[in-house]
Amino acid sequence: MLMRSALDGDGAAYRELLSALAPALRAFARRILLAAGRDAGDAEDVVQETLLALHLKRQTWDPATPLAPWIWAIARHKAVDVLRRSGRRAEVPIDGLEDFLADAEAEAEPEALSSRDAGRMVASLNGRERDVVEAVCLSGASVKETGARLAMSEGAVRVALHRALKRLAAAHGG
Amino acid sequence: MTPVSAERERADTEALIALIAADAAPRGPSLRASLLLALGAAVLVAAGVMQWALGMRGDAAAAFLSSARFVFKFAVTAALAVAAAHLALAMSRPGARVAGAAAWLAVPALLIAGAVALELLAVPEPAWSARMVGSNWLVCLTYGPLISLGPLGLLLLALRRGAPAVPWRAGLAAGLAAGGIGTFFYAAHCPDDSPLFVAVWYSLVVAIMGALGALIGSRVLRW
Repeated sequence: MLMRSALDGDGAAYRELLSALAPALRAFARRILLAAGRDAGDAEDVVQETLLALHLKRQTWDPATPLAPWIWAIARHKAVDVLRRSGRRAEVPIDGLEDFLADAEAEAEPEALSSRDAGRMVASLNGRERDVVEAVCLSGASVKETGARLAMSEGAVRVALHRALKRLAAAHGG
Repeated sequence: MTPVSAERERADTEALIALIAADAAPRGPSLRASLLLALGAAVLVAAGVMQWALGMRGDAAAAFLSSARFVFKFAVTAALAVAAAHLALAMSRPGARVAGAAAWLAVPALLIAGAVALELLAVPEPAWSARMVGSNWLVCLTYGPLISLGPLGLLLLALRRGAPAVPWRAGLAAGLAAGGIGTFFYAAHCPDDSPLFVAVWYSLVVAIMGALGALIGSRVLRW
């Protein structure tokens, strides 16, 4: 039910659904990581990548079919991804949107960018996307408020936000 | 991991959820709709390339009415295109049942096997090899893939919106579908109608496209 509202663009329902889902995803990720003999510390990576994938791939859910198998298939895919990557020790964490935003601010002084990963993350977002992410993420502004604050149309805010999410997912998976 | 950093990470996740929820515009077309659109465009492109590069054979209309062999070429390639596209869709949907969709590939396989059997019964043995080699296999192997390339690109583009558990397999299915579409239109030019010819050379074109689809798919369909 919630997913259907979410697909129709109801942000509140969407947020409720994803928030309710996060603990279950976390438990699932921990179980898989521990079963693979890994540290459960990467569980939150799996949770975040899964949430992003659920969002960016929501067009692959067929509303005529049950939601749960779709969600778990995506979670499993992302867990395997994280396992494979942590096996190679090639870590590209989003580790913290907040950290990332702090880096984004520091970007004004290039020498302040210590971490190569953070540099790549920041480089992957352009100024406008960064502003939007910052407004929505840090101050919890709605799309409408963000638009007013940044003198952008609502549509432009949505586009910037959507692109930013895609880029985050790409940087995460890369 | 310390409790503090775990808490920190959960806060990050909440921030991410807020970000995603703010992006909750009504979703675009379903994956099925995208794929259907791509199939429609692929048919137009394949028809255009075929007409531009080769043109239909002169007796196409008459052959369609009088030759079961000619009609069969369209039936088997269309069945392949539909079954493979259906499989590509199932493979690109997390949690969808793939085995049932894969079973539909048996339809074109049985069609070709049955047609070959009938042809072997209908044609005396000394003529078999001539029918199989045909008069135009090099053109088939050149233009079959050429006509199929546009469709493959369009199908892969649509499938990039998908989420295949095994990207190369979804790419393979897309390649088979593209090969089905390409050979469907090539068939309108091709003067060789024997199922023996189709079983060898059309299959080879489809196999080439399948391999190409798998190769490209393993790169571009990852998510």
